[in-house]
Amino acid sequence: MSGLHELSAKQALAGLRAGKISSVELTRAYLERIEQHNPRLNAYLYVSAESALQAAAAADKQYAKARRSKGGKLPALLGLPIAVKDVLAVAGMPATCGSRILENFVPSYTATSVQRLLDAGVVVLGKTNTDEFAMGSSTENSAYGVTRNPWDETRVPGGSSGGSAAAVAARLAPVALGTDTGGSVRQPAAFCGLTGLKTTYGRVSRYGLVAFGSSLDTVGVLARDAADAGLILKVMGGYDPQDATTVEKTPKLEKPSGRSLKGLKIGVPKEYFIEGLSAEVENGVREGIRQLEALGAKAVPVSLPHTEYALPVYYIIAPAEASANLARFDGVRYGLRVVQDDLIEMFKRSRGAGFGPEVKRRIMIGSYALSAGYYDAYYGQAQKVRALIRRDFDNVFKKVDIIAAPSTPSTAFRIGAHGNDPLEMYLEDVFTLPANLAGVPGLCVCAGFDGQGLPIGLQMLGPHFADERLLAVAAAYQKVTDWHKQGPAL
Amino acid sequence: MASKYQPVIGLEVHAVLETRSKMFCACPVVDSTVGEPNIAVCPICAGMPGMLPVINEAAVEYALRVALALNCTINLTSIFARKSYFYPDLPKGFQISQYEQPLAQNGWLTIDTVDGEQRVAIRRVHIEEDTGKLTHVERDGERYSLVDLNRSGVPLLEIVTEPELHSVEAVRNCAYALRSILRYVGVNSGNLEKGLMRIEPNISIRPVGSREFGTRAEIKNLNSFRSLERATTYELARQEQLVEAGGAVVQQTLGWDDARGTTQAQRSKEVAEDYRYFPEPDLPPLVVEKAWVEKIRKGLPELPQARRERFISKYGLKAYDANVIVAEREVADFYEAAVAAAKTADAKLIANWLTGPLFGLMNEAGVEMGDLRFGAKQLAALCDQVAVGKVNAAGAREVLGVLFAEGGSPASIIKARGLQQISDSGQLAAWVGEVIAAHPKQSADYLAGNAPLLNFLFGQVMQKAGGKANPAAVRDELQAQLSKLGK
Ligand SMILES: [Zn+2]
Repeated sequence: MSGLHELSAKQALAGLRAGKISSVELTRAYLERIEQHNPRLNAYLYVSAESALQAAAAADKQYAKARRSKGGKLPALLGLPIAVKDVLAVAGMPATCGSRILENFVPSYTATSVQRLLDAGVVVLGKTNTDEFAMGSSTENSAYGVTRNPWDETRVPGGSSGGSAAAVAARLAPVALGTDTGGSVRQPAAFCGLTGLKTTYGRVSRYGLVAFGSSLDTVGVLARDAADAGLILKVMGGYDPQDATTVEKTPKLEKPSGRSLKGLKIGVPKEYFIEGLSAEVENGVREGIRQLEALGAKAVPVSLPHTEYALPVYYIIAPAEASANLARFDGVRYGLRVVQDDLIEMFKRSRGAGFGPEVKRRIMIGSYALSAGYYDAYYGQAQKVRALIRRDFDNVFKKVDIIAAPSTPSTAFRIGAHGNDPLEMYLEDVFTLPANLAGVPGLCVCAGFDGQGLPIGLQMLGPHFADERLLAVAAAYQKVTDWHKQGPAL
Repeated sequence: MASKYQPVIGLEVHAVLETRSKMFCACPVVDSTVGEPNIAVCPICAGMPGMLPVINEAAVEYALRVALALNCTINLTSIFARKSYFYPDLPKGFQISQYEQPLAQNGWLTIDTVDGEQRVAIRRVHIEEDTGKLTHVERDGERYSLVDLNRSGVPLLEIVTEPELHSVEAVRNCAYALRSILRYVGVNSGNLEKGLMRIEPNISIRPVGSREFGTRAEIKNLNSFRSLERATTYELARQEQLVEAGGAVVQQTLGWDDARGTTQAQRSKEVAEDYRYFPEPDLPPLVVEKAWVEKIRKGLPELPQARRERFISKYGLKAYDANVIVAEREVADFYEAAVAAAKTADAKLIANWLTGPLFGLMNEAGVEMGDLRFGAKQLAALCDQVAVGKVNAAGAREVLGVLFAEGGSPASIIKARGLQQISDSGQLAAWVGEVIAAHPKQSADYLAGNAPLLNFLFGQVMQKAGGKANPAAVRDELQAQLSKLGK
């Protein structure tokens, strides 16, 4: 049964429901591809072949039973394989977060986002690679090796959800969960030619997501198209009593339907078309915007004047929160412990051996920003500027329905390209960070390819809880374009 | 202390909010001093990766009760903050507490001092979570530290007074008054030994008349009121000697060693610890509705201070007796129920029986009000019997002893034990006559001016009566017969 891996999640589910394919066949097809390509790509850190096949067999039974009894409501995603980023807990599977310090850690609990998908019948194929604790833009910060971009294996897939992006792009999974704290879903989606949804902060529970920057972390989806991303969001989103920052009632916002974008106002922020943006990416993005206009939308220039401060603000707030979030990795209860006679030595050696250099760098930046005497100048000030950045978005969304902009300054870079300069790497996220600071949803779609055949990402941002609007615009776009249908030759 | 120095002391009190579940997870709050370790632990209070806190509303309500009872201003929006430090009993590496915007501030409570009543200002009241507990053990020559997380995440209330206490007595009374309030509003049983209430005085001295504050030392590990008094007394003396000898007090945290009766510097951090507080991003600001606060305020019981005033004015009690009775809500409730049930006995008589013989029995047996085998009605009935002369004091004590040991009704105990007081004048006159006849010398001496001998003769009559004679009537009869003799 070759070709099953070419089916989108929506198509696969239709096939499963119609009885044309079985979940076991589908799951096996993916497991075979993983076996074939993962040793090279390193998209998965852990493959749960056995439990996946068991779950698939159970799903097939349920389909068969429903067919016999001619009815009964079946779970929405029954039998659909997915991949899960390794920072999300799935009970019984390792959750290394790309770190040595959690090398042997197997949680006893499952993240709410994953649990809702499991309740809807998905089959978890395995856990995907990530920059250590999601800190990075290339997966080069993973303790378990870099993931390669399926479009060009000398290049990075982006990060930190690079494993999930590479898995979906290489057809090692129909769809995957990622997380986005500063662009970690959208940037790898851009680099891998995928549809990447960063959800509104508060839309999807963070329970079971190993925290990096708690006020910025969001669970998102890497998919082949907007329809697939929408399927996942619908199931995993919504209020969770276990996450006090999820929202009980989300506003129902208007969204376009079908192919027409008539009446849709798109803001094009001048601050996102700046020096450092590659000409090819800019052309691709502008062409994408013209395509949206061709569907009836109206593009207008807008300004988000505090955009330039997003990077410094982010690199105070995220590390500050991370410095506290990662304090629990002390070698006392779980994770790596370097045995020492002295308690403080044990803390130091365990953390010293367990964390990689980027994580240590951010813990130090964060601890410094929060320390007595510096708090006001750094963390306090950053929070004030964050409020201004958020206000920028509020103001613009009074005038336009969505914002369109590039996702990244360039297409996928070569492995090792930013090896010596963390700041250069931080600049990779310059167009994606503001959405996290503001808490608004963002979506990346493939809007073409550059001269080297590398995908170009078009980013769309919406007001809080306009996730479905973004998906609807992307769906309309994908009805008239076929960039998203292209896959890398492996 | 007739001293050149004035003590300046503030209290920091941590009280466990004895809710059913922990502050941020569903684990039960258990007695962490008994039973198995780590039986009330979940991934949240064990600080596992990816876990998030959720606020326990009951704990907020408990905290509000205390804050309102302490006359605080409630911040309708308060903020939880992370307080970071590394220690094995702190699973997350930070404690969720409140820092910049606490739940409540600017309150006060009234205490007694030798100089009269004093209003002590409360600086702030905030909610936080407790840490786990470490036990250090040695096995096969190796030393281990064992971590018990039963207590981790238990809701705590921190109450901070201004440094306005100027004597050991004021410290003691303030601590008792706080405990009394915590118990009245039903959030804490006030047990120091079990660590449910932890009192940490911060102590400094200054020359009498000075307005400046001296350098302060904090004392931890006080697990009884007695330790609080001893440690405070000790520390004041230590500081005074130090300053007198030309030294200077160092700002530090001291641990009280109860066995040695001394304070010792705790593993000191040369540099003040930087807790790197920042608002807890996993919890939105805590917003309490004004209407809810008012509902809680209305639901508060009459507090010890108000109740004391009422007992003095309404029942005519002495301040001391009123204090003793109102200190515990159960005792005051018992007292008022007894007063209401009494037919003849007045409020003062009941107070005397309560604070005297009954408290004596309870203290001796280590029994609380709630454990008594009889109720307020029985105490009232007993006092009624005393008031109408059905039983004398000695008999009534015996009845009380039976009530205390077995329960029952005073009337039937009196009957069953034949404790009815004998007031029959013919019988009393006969006994008195016999005693005078048997003791002519003592009778004569009494009449010659040796007044105390009356008590001897009285005792003889009571002995004859088996203790059941009406004492007042016996005295009257004795005096009557003796004076007749003298004429
Ligand atoms: Zn718990």
